Amino acid sequence: MSTTPSNIPILPKLKKESIRTLVAKGIRIDGRKLNEYRKIVIEPNYIPKAEGSALVRMGDTVVLVGVKMEVGQPFPDTPNEGVLMVNAEFVPLASPTFEPGPPDENAIELARVIDRSLREIRVIDLEKLAIIPGEKVWMVWVDIYVLNHAGNLLDASSLAAMAALMVTKMPKVEVSEQGEVKVDKSVHVGSLPLNHRVVTVTVGKLDEYLLVDPTDEEELVLDAKLAVSVSEDGRIAGMQKMGPGDFTVDEVYKAVNLALETGKELHSILEEYVAKR
Amino acid sequence: MKKEKPKLIREDGLRHDGRRPDELRPIRMEVGVLSNANGSALVEYGKTKVIAAVYGPRELHPRHISLPDRAVIRCRYHMAPFSTEERKNPAPSRREIELSKVIREALEAAVFTELYPRATIDVFIEVLQADGGTRTTGITAAALALADAGIPLRDLVAGVAVGKVDGVLVLDIDQLEDEYGEADMPVAMMPSLGKITLLQLNGVLTPEEFREALKLAEKGIKEIYRMQREALKKKYVEIKPEET
Repeated sequence: MSTTPSNIPILPKLKKESIRTLVAKGIRIDGRKLNEYRKIVIEPNYIPKAEGSALVRMGDTVVLVGVKMEVGQPFPDTPNEGVLMVNAEFVPLASPTFEPGPPDENAIELARVIDRSLREIRVIDLEKLAIIPGEKVWMVWVDIYVLNHAGNLLDASSLAAMAALMVTKMPKVEVSEQGEVKVDKSVHVGSLPLNHRVVTVTVGKLDEYLLVDPTDEEELVLDAKLAVSVSEDGRIAGMQKMGPGDFTVDEVYKAVNLALETGKELHSILEEYVAKR
Repeated sequence: MKKEKPKLIREDGLRHDGRRPDELRPIRMEVGVLSNANGSALVEYGKTKVIAAVYGPRELHPRHISLPDRAVIRCRYHMAPFSTEERKNPAPSRREIELSKVIREALEAAVFTELYPRATIDVFIEVLQADGGTRTTGITAAALALADAGIPLRDLVAGVAVGKVDGVLVLDIDQLEDEYGEADMPVAMMPSLGKITLLQLNGVLTPEEFREALKLAEKGIKEIYRMQREALKKKYVEIKPEET
């Protein structure tokens, strides 16, 4: 059952008001413009033991993503394709509002939004991940670990997941004559085959204004958010409205345009920090 | 083994079930179907059949999760084990947890929660038979149940899913179109306020296609909204003859 959250941190009324009045003037409480991201730093291969990984800092928000490759069984309806699994953990060290335990609805929603953005446009070329078609395939586990929650976890997680997939190495695999599968993770044979790149831009709505990359304090004031996943070729690869408020049709169009425009910047950051590395 | 993808748009431009691309399935709505709930409704979009019930405003336990300035809304979207092709395990899946959240948020925008501080309004949605569009059918039913419970609303909420199948944008997709189509976009709106309270996109669209898809959803939602108002009125029209 989903319940209106009650464990939300308290933000002083004065601060709420100043966030509001500043946004109406086109600036943010930390001095940014409405369409400006905080400083983004990507550290690819942060966890060398994982087949792929990346740490993303977006302002004070820190998200670590690790990709593990394992041999498993394909789904019966896609016997010749590898399997993609996305999971998110909001670990309790990341925020005073996070509690230990299985993923809550926010973590599940975040993981599923990212899962769909990667799956639907076929970011990973899963057809190349069959080892013995119908029997053994590669399973790609994308585990999202939120280390510090300072707002906009979805965009940071999506960026970290994409960066981690871009640096994921394929372990060496051999199939014996008896059909046994032997994996040697100490030897790599090329990179994970990718078709596309996808980033997610979350647009926040505050009164009649739209802004990107909200901080945790701004998120407490926002009416609603619209997350738009943008591919490198400018298509919309997924969408999710989040938060209890609403958008007019016109605001949705504006939010999507803002996301498509800002998405280009995130794609160039991926290119600079990860692809050209 | 994967089944062969069926033809979703026929030679004559109609859909696999004979509908035009912008045509809804036959829709049926009934309000006040359960005697214990404060409000309830049964809604069918084609073969999709969903029942919703509202309990509240009522006291919330444990107290510490209540809000001092408004009511909390608790929402559960759940699929009956017999609602699908293969039996669905009745334990809540990750999908149901996510949908319960987005449906709660889609309804919360419409409810004057500030009228009932410290209380809860509980919305239970049970999918009895699933054939595509269950979350939007559930929202349409839940909004009727809220209105039936006499809870003040800014507007009703009505939902419909738009899809892209064989390259064509179509209204109110069924399960086959969802399974084999290229995109599924559930939308819910407060129709007379022109406000979108639920928007998801599962699939890939160009920005132009997205604009078209949203227009199509708006058109369908307006039709559903008209049926919702009729269904609400009908309950009272039927009572009237007994009184006179």
